[in-house]
Amino acid sequence: MSKPLGVLARFSNPAELIDAAKKVRDAGYQKFDCHSPFPIHGMDDAMGMKRSPLGFIVGAMTLTGAAVGMGLQYWTSTIEYPLVISGKPFFSWQAFIIVTFALFVLFGAFGAVFGMFHLNRLPRLHHPLFYSKQFESVTDDAFFVSIEAEDEKFDATQTQAFLSSIGGSNVEVITGE
Amino acid sequence: MSILNKKPERDPGAAEAVAGDELLVTGGHTFSSLTDKVSGIVEKKTPQQWYLLFAMAVSGLMVLLGSIGWLVWEGTGIWGLNNPVGWGWAIVNFVFWVGIGHAGTLISAILFLLRQQWRTAINRFAEAMTIFAVICALMFPGIHVGRVWLAYYMFPIPNQMLIWPNFRSPLLWDIFAVVTYFTVSTLFWYVGLIPDLATLRDRAKNLRKKVLGLFALGWRGGNRQWQHYEKAYLMLAGLATPLVLSVHSVVATDFATSLIPGWHTTIFPPYFVAGAVFSGFGMVMTLALIARKIYGLQDIITLNHLEKMNKIILVTGSMVGYSYIMEFFIAWYSGNEFEYFAFINRALGPYAWAYWIMFLCNVITPQIFWFKKLRRSIPVMFVASIFVNIGMWFERFVITVTSLSRDFLPSSWDYYTPSIWDMLTFIGSFGLFFTFFLLFLRFLPMVALAEVKGTLPEADPHNYHKEGGDK
Repeated sequence: MSKPLGVLARFSNPAELIDAAKKVRDAGYQKFDCHSPFPIHGMDDAMGMKRSPLGFIVGAMTLTGAAVGMGLQYWTSTIEYPLVISGKPFFSWQAFIIVTFALFVLFGAFGAVFGMFHLNRLPRLHHPLFYSKQFESVTDDAFFVSIEAEDEKFDATQTQAFLSSIGGSNVEVITGE
Repeated sequence: MSILNKKPERDPGAAEAVAGDELLVTGGHTFSSLTDKVSGIVEKKTPQQWYLLFAMAVSGLMVLLGSIGWLVWEGTGIWGLNNPVGWGWAIVNFVFWVGIGHAGTLISAILFLLRQQWRTAINRFAEAMTIFAVICALMFPGIHVGRVWLAYYMFPIPNQMLIWPNFRSPLLWDIFAVVTYFTVSTLFWYVGLIPDLATLRDRAKNLRKKVLGLFALGWRGGNRQWQHYEKAYLMLAGLATPLVLSVHSVVATDFATSLIPGWHTTIFPPYFVAGAVFSGFGMVMTLALIARKIYGLQDIITLNHLEKMNKIILVTGSMVGYSYIMEFFIAWYSGNEFEYFAFINRALGPYAWAYWIMFLCNVITPQIFWFKKLRRSIPVMFVASIFVNIGMWFERFVITVTSLSRDFLPSSWDYYTPSIWDMLTFIGSFGLFFTFFLLFLRFLPMVALAEVKGTLPEADPHNYHKEGGDK
C-alpha cells in the first residue's frame, strides 16, 4: 500500500456534517474540509474558519477600475487628444462618470471571480480526493469529511478510527491507486 | 450502517419542520432525484421537439447571416432608413434585445440580494437568456455602422490616426455599459455553473468526464471552497445590481440627451429600466413555459413560481403604463409646443396604429394579473407573455421612429417603412438567440441544481432535531 494522502468519511445529512465538523475541529485537526453538494449554513463557524478576504480583493479591484476609467478619459480628452466638443471643458468629469462606473463594476467582477479562483486554488484538476469512487456522489447527495495526510495530527489508522467514532461511515484511506 | 445502498427518502423530521410552509420544490424530490431530473435532461436522449426547434432556429440564423452579408456588401441603403429617420429597426431591435436581458440579471442578482429563494428554479436559464439577448443586442449597433470593418472606432484603441473616441457621447457610454454588462453576466453565469458542471462531471465517463471536468475546474464542494464561492456570488450580485439598473438608463440617455421632442425627457432612464424588466419577464415566461412543458419540470418550476413572475410583470407593467401617461401629462404641462406636438402625433399621427398596439399590449395586458385565477392559468400567462414581447418591441419602435419622422422642420418630415432586409434581420436575430438557447438547453444544466438543493428543507441543518444536532 502506497503512502496515504488522506482519509475520507461519509455522513448522512447536513446536521451530522456540521456536528462532525465541530468534533474534527475540537480534536485539533487543521487541514480538513467538509464537502457537500450545496453550501451549508453555519458550516464556517462549525469548522472554525476565518472570514473570506475576497471583499478586500474586490474592493481594490473596483477602485483600480474606477481609476483606470477616469484616468483613461482624462488622459485622452485633455492631454493626448484635446478637442473642443459643444463648448464643453476638456475635462468634463460629469460626463465621464458613466464609463468610470462601468469599469468600476467590470474590474470588480473580474476581482470577484478570479479572486475566488485564486483563494480556492482553482482550476485544480488533480486532487487526491478524485481517486475515491464514493466521492463522486459529493455533487449529488453525499456529505463527506476529509482530513489531509499533511495535517500534523494525521495518522492513517488513528484518524480513520476517529472518523468512525464520530459517526462517519464508509471511512476510506485515500492512497492514489 | 450502509447508507450507500439505501435510496434516500425525505427525512421525516425535515418534512415535519416545514409542514404548513410552502415548499419551493414539489413532488417529494430528494437531493438525488433532483440531480437525476436535471442532469437527465442533458444526458438522456434529446426530445424530438428539440430537433424541430433547433432546425427552425438554425434556419433563422442562416437568414440573419444572409441579411448581414448583403448589408456588408451593399451598405445600409438596403434598409428602410430615410433622411429624418436615421435610426430604424436596427436601433429598435438593439433596445428590445438589451431590455430582454434585464430580467435575467434581476432574477440572478436583485432577487438574490432580496433573498427570494424561489429565484433558484429559474435563474440559470434566465441568465442564459440574458447573455444570448445581449449578444443579439450588441450585433445591431455593430452592423448599423454600415462599414462593419470600422466598428473598432467605437473602442478606445490607439490607432494610426492618433484620434480617440469622444467620451462625452452617450453612444460611447453605451458601448462601455453594454460590453461590461455582457462580460459581468457571463462571469456570473459561469460561476453559478461550476458546481453543476461538477455534478455532470461526476456522473459522466471517459471523454465526456474529461471535458466537463475541465470546465468544472476541479470543484470538490468543500466548505473551504464554498465559503469563497458564496462570497464571490454575493459580490457579483452586489455589482450586477447597480450595473443592470445603469445599463438601460444609459441606453435611455442615447435618446434623452438629444434634443429631439419626445426623447428629451428626464423620465426616460427609470421608465426604460421598468420597461426592460417587464419585457424580460415576458420573455422568461415564454421560454420557461415551453421548457417546463418539454422537459417536464413542473415540480421545480411550479405554479407558485409562475405566479410570482406574473406579479413582477404586473408591477413593472403598471410602472410602464404610468410612465406613458406621465409623459403625456408632462408634454402638456411643460407648455413646450414641440413636446406637446410629439405626443399628440404619437397617439393620433401616422404611427397611431403602432402606438395603440403598444398601449394595449403593455398597459392593458398586465392588468389581468390582478386576478389570482388568471395569474395561475398557464394558457393565459403564455398568451400574455407573447403580448408583452410584442408590446415592448412596439414601444421602442414608437419612441424611435415617431419622434424622428416628425422633427422640428415640417419640410424634412418623412414616413419610415422598413424594407424586407430590416424584417429578415430582425427575424434572423431570433434565430441567433434560439440557436444559442437551444444549445444551452441541450448541453448545460438548465436549473441551478446546487442552489435548488439548498432550498430544500433537508438542506437546513436546523431541520434535523436529532440528539446530536446541537452539540
